[in-house]
Amino acid sequence: MRGHLGGRIAQVFPTLLLVSIMVFCLQQLMPGDPALVLAGEERDPEVLEQIRRELKLDQPLVMQYLYWITNVLQGDLGFSWRIRQPVTELVATKLPVTLQLAGMAFVIAVCIGVPMGVLSAVKKNTFWDYLANGIGLAGLSTPNFWLGIMLILLVSVHLGWLPPSGYVPLSEDWRQSLATTIMPAFVLGNAISAVLMRHTRSAMLTALQQDYVRTARAKGLPEWLVVTKHALRNALVPVVTLGALELGTLLSGAVLTEQVFSIPGFGKMIVDAVFNRDYPVVQGVVLVTATVYVLLNLLADVLYVMINPRLRGA
Amino acid sequence: MTTAASPFHSSTKAAAMTVRASITATTLALAALIAAAPATVAQELPPLRVAFPEDADAMDPTIGRAYVQRVAMLNMCDSLFTYNARMEIVPRLALSYEWADPQTLVVKLRPNVSFHDGTPVDAASVKYSIERHATYPGSARRGDVSSVAAVEVVDPLTVRFRLKTPDVVFLSQLGVRAGVLVSPKAAEAAGKDFPLNPVCAGPYRWVERVAQDRIVIERVANYWDAANYHFSRITFRPIADSTVRLANLRAGSVDVNMNVPPVDADNVRKDARLKLHTFDGLGYSGITVNMGRGTSTPGPFGTDPRVRQAFDLAIDREALVNVVFAGVHAPNAYPVPPTSPFFDATLPQPKRDVARARALLAAAGVRTPFTLQLTVINSAEQIQVAEVLQSMAAEAGFDIKLNTMEFVSSLDAADKGNFTGYMVGWTGRPDVDGNLRDLLYTGGGTNYVGYKNVAFDALLDQARSTGDMAARMVGYRKIYSLLREDLPIIYLYSPRWSFGMAAKVEGFEPVADGMLRLNGVKFAR
Repeated sequence: MRGHLGGRIAQVFPTLLLVSIMVFCLQQLMPGDPALVLAGEERDPEVLEQIRRELKLDQPLVMQYLYWITNVLQGDLGFSWRIRQPVTELVATKLPVTLQLAGMAFVIAVCIGVPMGVLSAVKKNTFWDYLANGIGLAGLSTPNFWLGIMLILLVSVHLGWLPPSGYVPLSEDWRQSLATTIMPAFVLGNAISAVLMRHTRSAMLTALQQDYVRTARAKGLPEWLVVTKHALRNALVPVVTLGALELGTLLSGAVLTEQVFSIPGFGKMIVDAVFNRDYPVVQGVVLVTATVYVLLNLLADVLYVMINPRLRGA
Repeated sequence: MTTAASPFHSSTKAAAMTVRASITATTLALAALIAAAPATVAQELPPLRVAFPEDADAMDPTIGRAYVQRVAMLNMCDSLFTYNARMEIVPRLALSYEWADPQTLVVKLRPNVSFHDGTPVDAASVKYSIERHATYPGSARRGDVSSVAAVEVVDPLTVRFRLKTPDVVFLSQLGVRAGVLVSPKAAEAAGKDFPLNPVCAGPYRWVERVAQDRIVIERVANYWDAANYHFSRITFRPIADSTVRLANLRAGSVDVNMNVPPVDADNVRKDARLKLHTFDGLGYSGITVNMGRGTSTPGPFGTDPRVRQAFDLAIDREALVNVVFAGVHAPNAYPVPPTSPFFDATLPQPKRDVARARALLAAAGVRTPFTLQLTVINSAEQIQVAEVLQSMAAEAGFDIKLNTMEFVSSLDAADKGNFTGYMVGWTGRPDVDGNLRDLLYTGGGTNYVGYKNVAFDALLDQARSTGDMAARMVGYRKIYSLLREDLPIIYLYSPRWSFGMAAKVEGFEPVADGMLRLNGVKFAR
């Protein structure tokens, strides 16, 4: 197990280095000169030159990358060209917001998806199975932005139950924080819950046909115990892996959800940064997102081992 | 000799100390109460929540460029002058001004005004701020103050601007961001970090900014015009999606929505809890023609005015505005909006004439359908405008191909001259010179047309050299006629501002620059 985890940890650094090179190179392919955006409507050629010089845009690409990565290794992600704030500070403010949103969305997705998958498998080919499948299909096919706007109009404008947008940090007021994030978290978790439901159903159907389940039933164990303790525990192994992968989907899905609900997280920041060619912010956000994603996958590996005792000796 | 050891003396000293401490504590408490008094008054006032369509850029008057940044800073950073509802320039931090001669402007400052850090607003701070605009690396105000040869401190409350050439437009610049003063002490101390905590002189002071979430400013109780400001705090929130922005206004989460799209205007009008302020802006929307930008080789659309005139005649501006913008914007073939003092109502607005358009195309000798590449920014509204134009021009023999791209890419294409026609707008300036010079003057920074017309340049220079409005208008009339002949930019319409507000917000006076001036604005009781 140690060897397995050690190998996985060793992969983290080259992966992140590759990500840093890729994000740096890919954004150069985006058309548009950042200096033109920064110069605003009146584009004095001398000011354009000044901006390019100040931001080192007049340097060769390799030099620009080296300047950036050297600073990154010292913990400095640069400063936003547009709003003139340090990217590290922006990341430190935005990351907890997106993590809170993604975390809540994941909990919602698991709370809906897993029980629905179990119910669907246990009650196979009954009304409950069809209902769960229908809900899953609806969840998968509903676009986030549409669902978000519909919920805002219904829950906030007509019913006045929740604020339509904005964000209050947990540390400031946890009730208000939940009130501002529950709707976007539901929207974000909605599609994931459908995916989890379908995978749980499939894994449960396989597990329920296994010999150990038959043995458990033969021992006279109550059905709920057979389902939860024997079948579900084994069925959860692939679901956990999928869940970790879907966390990545949550982070990218947050881009749209944060735009709709005006949540000041990573998603909203990267959209604004891309449209304004604010390269240091794009690079910083992608690098941190990649790091979080890689670490979450590492965490999934650890959980995988914890759930499946057979891997402990591996 | 051992008095210090005397119990009596000791207790007296202790008592004296206690009394002194009590007096000090009382004095401090009183001072705190006095200091807190204005804050208490401020707390009694309600806060105002404003929704922006986008997040602001750097909160520094020297480098800031975004419209919303200016809105947020306007109530925090006074400029020497400002504009009233009739777009007349009126003093703000200045008390009065006088043109000593066409190249010398003398400005008297308002006495007893301080920056938010307590330092005085004086002639030295004006000199510092104008010079900062001129020399700060990457300054966006450099062009605005380029005509200044020297700023001279006459006395603490008088400043003299010596200009390189006669330039009446300079005064109008002092009414926008170039006229904003910053605290020299704070700007020097903060350096590049000034946008993180801007210090100016205005009715509100900086509290905080959470990027993409909010900008908060709070009322300055000892501001010279504080009685006219009725909100304790202003929170500006960027909400990009127009539907969500409107939902926030309807749900009462914000009090002002700075941008209601024309399609939603009717919904706001019909809602008794809301009100809509629609008013003229300063800018235009049009088609910039590539007549030889950079090294590009323009086709007949750029070289033959008859082809452009044919296109112009194929357009029904009124129908365009009615179809796409529900009649909110003003159809207009000139670079200034109909309510501008620089607008000339006697000049004709062209009518659609398809037969004449076809004849002009035939006279130009181009093969029909004449293919025209139109670069369009990929917003739903802009694409809709382009599609309506496409359909109108088709009847006159044009085959418009739409080349849609996102804004920054389109800017890049325009800068490199990689376009034939580019559908883009201009936010506008109070003085018409600002709607023409940079865009059409030979060598202008934003002259994407590649327009070079000696007669136009001379007329424009002449018009800014005199303060006499009638004389200026003689020049601008000639310019407008010339532009209608040449059509380097085919003006389509003048966009209008649409602000949605909660019905309780009263006292708002619309000004064409689209700013949210809060003096006199309050909630109805």
